[in-house]
Amino acid sequence: MMKTTCPAYRPLALAILAAAALAAVPLIGPRAVVQDLFGILCLLVLALNWNMLAGFAGLVSVGQQAFVGIGAYTMFAAVILFGLDPLAGVLLGGLVAMALAVPVACFVFRLNGAYFAIGTWVAAEIARLGLGQWKALGGGTGTSLPKGTTRDMLGVGPVKEWLGVSSAAASDIVLYWLALGLVLATLGVSWAFLRSRTGLGLQAIRDNAMAARSVGIDPVRLKALVFLLAAFGTGLCGGLLFIQITRITPDAAFSLLDWTAFVLFVVVIGGIGTLPGPIVGVVVFYALERLLSDYGSAYLIVLGLFGIAVMLFARRGLWGSLSGRTGLELLPLGHRAPAAAIRP
Amino acid sequence: MFSLDTILQGLLLGGLYALFAAGLSLVFGIMRLVNLAHGDLIVLGAYLILGLGTVTGLNPFAAALIAMPLMFALGWLLQTRLLNRVLGEDILPPLLVTFGLSVVIQNGLLAAFTADSRKLAAGPVESASVAVGPVHMGVMPVMTLATAVAVILALNLLFYRTALGRAFRATSDDAVTAQLMGIRPQRIFAMATGIALVVAAIAALYLGTRANFDPSIGPARLLYAFEAVIIGGLGSLWGTLAGGVVIGLAQTMGAAVNPEWQILAGHVAFVLILMVRPRGLFPRAID
Repeated sequence: MMKTTCPAYRPLALAILAAAALAAVPLIGPRAVVQDLFGILCLLVLALNWNMLAGFAGLVSVGQQAFVGIGAYTMFAAVILFGLDPLAGVLLGGLVAMALAVPVACFVFRLNGAYFAIGTWVAAEIARLGLGQWKALGGGTGTSLPKGTTRDMLGVGPVKEWLGVSSAAASDIVLYWLALGLVLATLGVSWAFLRSRTGLGLQAIRDNAMAARSVGIDPVRLKALVFLLAAFGTGLCGGLLFIQITRITPDAAFSLLDWTAFVLFVVVIGGIGTLPGPIVGVVVFYALERLLSDYGSAYLIVLGLFGIAVMLFARRGLWGSLSGRTGLELLPLGHRAPAAAIRP
Repeated sequence: MFSLDTILQGLLLGGLYALFAAGLSLVFGIMRLVNLAHGDLIVLGAYLILGLGTVTGLNPFAAALIAMPLMFALGWLLQTRLLNRVLGEDILPPLLVTFGLSVVIQNGLLAAFTADSRKLAAGPVESASVAVGPVHMGVMPVMTLATAVAVILALNLLFYRTALGRAFRATSDDAVTAQLMGIRPQRIFAMATGIALVVAAIAALYLGTRANFDPSIGPARLLYAFEAVIIGGLGSLWGTLAGGVVIGLAQTMGAAVNPEWQILAGHVAFVLILMVRPRGLFPRAID
């Protein structure tokens, strides 16, 4: 078979190596590095999900903070009101986010293009203001996780014994590994999905909706599927993030800047509509943050200008331009043409 | 159920939102550009009026007159240098560029003026009120609504009675055919954005005299403005006024029931109207 000689396996080996190296970081790296990388990995999960929406399904949402917030609030509710393990709360958060994505979709899918973007933003604001009314979780001023929640979290005990670290460090490590797992799962699922028949249909809709419909692809059903899956991934990520943050307020959980604006810039700078794009973007984002962290708001100004420059001069982003120029492909989404078709 | 006073206040608040939305409606109607930086441009306008007032010692109303041509020039430059390059079939590039612009303006203002909240001092008119039958109305809110109506009237005259307005409508309906008639869409777009920013300067005047402002308040105002535009319907300026009034009324009625529900009620009204009429109340153009 042709496929066994496909060079796609080399990038796969590279990806496994990179994942293994990242997984080993907590064994050698200091706790601050683990915490930093946790934030980066979560940003990457959000970016991968938004990229599926905007880059592949053509759904330009500026309201993904809705699902981060819903995931986070569900996790808090699970811990504080029902005494569940925070990790069970995270899973629940993803499911609730997906469930609530159904009514949101019923509303925003009636709107197209620009109206869709504004509609998602309004939905997120409604969620923020609505949850601000939930007095059991602190209302508008928010609340904190009870002391010792993360100490008793699933997996913290074994990690603490195995590595001989404090409970707090062990919980950071558990969260870090979960975030890494979530990144890998999101990448893997996205890759498999985009190469499947359904995923090809999705990309066909993006490239030419009329032609795609004429061969029997149902755009609404496919887009709704992506919207729900992205809500699930985003909700899971929201729950994880707020275990580490330990304190929740409606404004922080539904922050447009933190959970959507940064994500947008990461995806656009890296290369929208490609799978490695968000990874490149998140690395650039992190480097910029490190370089400019002492200058306060200058950092955001540079990020904004960078995003604008990419849209003006390299619309496919850093990764898209690089792979366009060199022909380099990691995680390729295309299929090889059948042998009969390429024979002269 | 709701007092006359509540309804009147809602109507007047709607005037302010319509003023925020008028420039946005113009730009959105003509070139389908979703300008996510419009709210921040209004805030920028407020700082410009504040700065001009401080330097020249003029009253904010006079300072706004100087700010208007400056804002027109800014709009022209913005459109010709930046936005014209990203307009096209794909809505993502303009969306992202204006989003980037929003972040840049917000943080630029933050670096220049700090996060302290400011206010434009308009003098005794701020606290003046007039009695209409059983209710008292603030002079400033009444002036805001009157200005909103005047601005929309003026824009409508421009739109339907002048050669420029004809070019606006032609470009809005079909930019390619308009080009065949000797219209240069890029110039038309630049005029439109210039005019939109003049309206933004007027909105900034009322934003700054009626309440405190700081660099971060743009996006929330932008969202109300967008709701007004969408409720009104694409390309309809009177619709935008109606949309502003709907949001204003919903907010004051929500606040009358429970003060915490003010903003929420506006958003819920938006969702309900769009569920019934996805293209808004009075759409003129098709998207």
